[in-house]
Amino acid sequence: MIKEKRLILKNSGVIDPLSIKDYIDSGGYKALSKALTGTPEKVVEEVMSSGLRGRGGAGFPTGVKEQTTAGKKEGKISYVVCNADEGEPGTFKDRVIMESDPHLLVEGMILAAYGIGAEKGYIYIRGEYYDSIAKLKNAIRQAYESGYLGSNILGSGFTFDLEIKPGAGSYLCGEELTLLESLEGKRGYPRIKPPFPAEKGLWGKPTLVNNVETLANLPGIIGQGSEWYRSSGTDRTPGTKVFSICGDVKKPGCYEVDAGVILNDLINDLAGGTINGQPWKAVLLGGAAGTFVPFSFSDLSLCYERLKERGATLGSGAVIVIGSDRKLIPLMQSILRFFRHESCGKCVPCRLGTTFIYESSIRLGEADHDARILIVEEIVNHSREMAKSSLCPLGQSPVLPLGTLQIHFTETIASE
Amino acid sequence: MDQQEILAGFSPERANLLPLLHALQDNHPQNYLTGESLNAVARHLKVNLSWVYGVAGYYSMFSLKPRGRYVIRVCNSPVCNMLGSSGIIEALSGILGIGKGETTPDGLFTVEEAECLGICDLAPAMMVNRTVYGNLTKESLKEIIDELRIIKKGQK
Repeated sequence: MIKEKRLILKNSGVIDPLSIKDYIDSGGYKALSKALTGTPEKVVEEVMSSGLRGRGGAGFPTGVKEQTTAGKKEGKISYVVCNADEGEPGTFKDRVIMESDPHLLVEGMILAAYGIGAEKGYIYIRGEYYDSIAKLKNAIRQAYESGYLGSNILGSGFTFDLEIKPGAGSYLCGEELTLLESLEGKRGYPRIKPPFPAEKGLWGKPTLVNNVETLANLPGIIGQGSEWYRSSGTDRTPGTKVFSICGDVKKPGCYEVDAGVILNDLINDLAGGTINGQPWKAVLLGGAAGTFVPFSFSDLSLCYERLKERGATLGSGAVIVIGSDRKLIPLMQSILRFFRHESCGKCVPCRLGTTFIYESSIRLGEADHDARILIVEEIVNHSREMAKSSLCPLGQSPVLPLGTLQIHFTETIASE
Repeated sequence: MDQQEILAGFSPERANLLPLLHALQDNHPQNYLTGESLNAVARHLKVNLSWVYGVAGYYSMFSLKPRGRYVIRVCNSPVCNMLGSSGIIEALSGILGIGKGETTPDGLFTVEEAECLGICDLAPAMMVNRTVYGNLTKESLKEIIDELRIIKKGQK
């Protein structure tokens, strides 16, 4: 039996999320006091040696991002932006962090800002997360009152202001450059990459964009050191990961464990196993823009290196369990309908492509066994072209679930 | 609250466009952005009306048409869909006598299909204005609607 290892969710359900006193009593804002006695470079170095990788989906080394952003600054203005626009289907870990321990994110942002020398930060949060917004607003107000935000923080001479900006229901705004467009008060259209945000981000200034869970790791790393952090997880995916498990399991929810946990242990020991008690048919790892794995992958270790070897992704940490009695065609159609709906329409391959692959998937229902194999092949080929020619990750994503469906489940789909 | 009061609460910078649109829409009893409010925002931020209109039309949380006092957003993303959201939307249509995107004649309810609301652990799920309802069944749905009909005023 595996157990949870709560580093990020340690206060979750334990302290009152509306009380800064509770947070401080549990050791909160100690990392910030410690960081402010040292140099900003020390913060970045610590994050760098912790090996922390971005928890939003891409898994980019956070320390490298911080260093690059700090390096681009040269006395100019720079920003820290928290990507709290959690919209990947099956993902709700950031909501749980923000609702149950908002000060952890606030402290993480101040630490990141100190590291890169930013004086202004924004939390771009999805508009539907009313509870998270309320809790964070309260936390920010309390942090100002206690001298953790504003000018001359704790007498250090460092100044940092933090604000919340709500999104308004666009999946695409979870993509970092599109998020910045939206923050600037525009339609959520992606920008051409590069330049990356570290170079030209918000209002053209160097910007560090990090996911909620990534930033929530900073107080631990700075407070207890990178060596302590590396004692969790694997060599190349240090730390813990918060997985959001849903679908056909008895106890859906968020579970924090050492990175590298075995997939089936996560499902059976923590999420209570499948609803019907039978071995699962498939798991969709990482949400709609994630990868399908069959039951033969149940021994899979959930860390970047092992997943990559076997053609799967960790993504946001969504684990969508599909029970033995489910059909895959309706799920595939639902995923493609989602992409069609969320395509912004800016670039042609994605605008037309998402519609084309969705409509092709509708034909699967009436097709016979052999025709289905051909349709799946056609859809996958098309999604590959889209991945090559689309402007942003949305058009590049359908190939992930579709390609892995084809590899592992063509016969299942053909005979459903 | 008066429209002018709301505008005064936001400094005239373009980054406040989305927050402003949210505030004005939330303030309207019919949960939408009127032409007049879009104009007022454009004047306040000193941008063209077309800019404001373009942004308001892009995001799914904003409506340019009047809606009910209660906006019901049923999640129909892959996880909720797998666990039966289509049946929930159908049942809701049956109870209220309206389809997706429509408003009941008494102006009380609007039904919308939403993409992932981030409450997949409670799938199938929906939001009514700011309140989350999860693990929906046809029976619980009926109870929720009956309750809202009684409260009428409701919290926003």
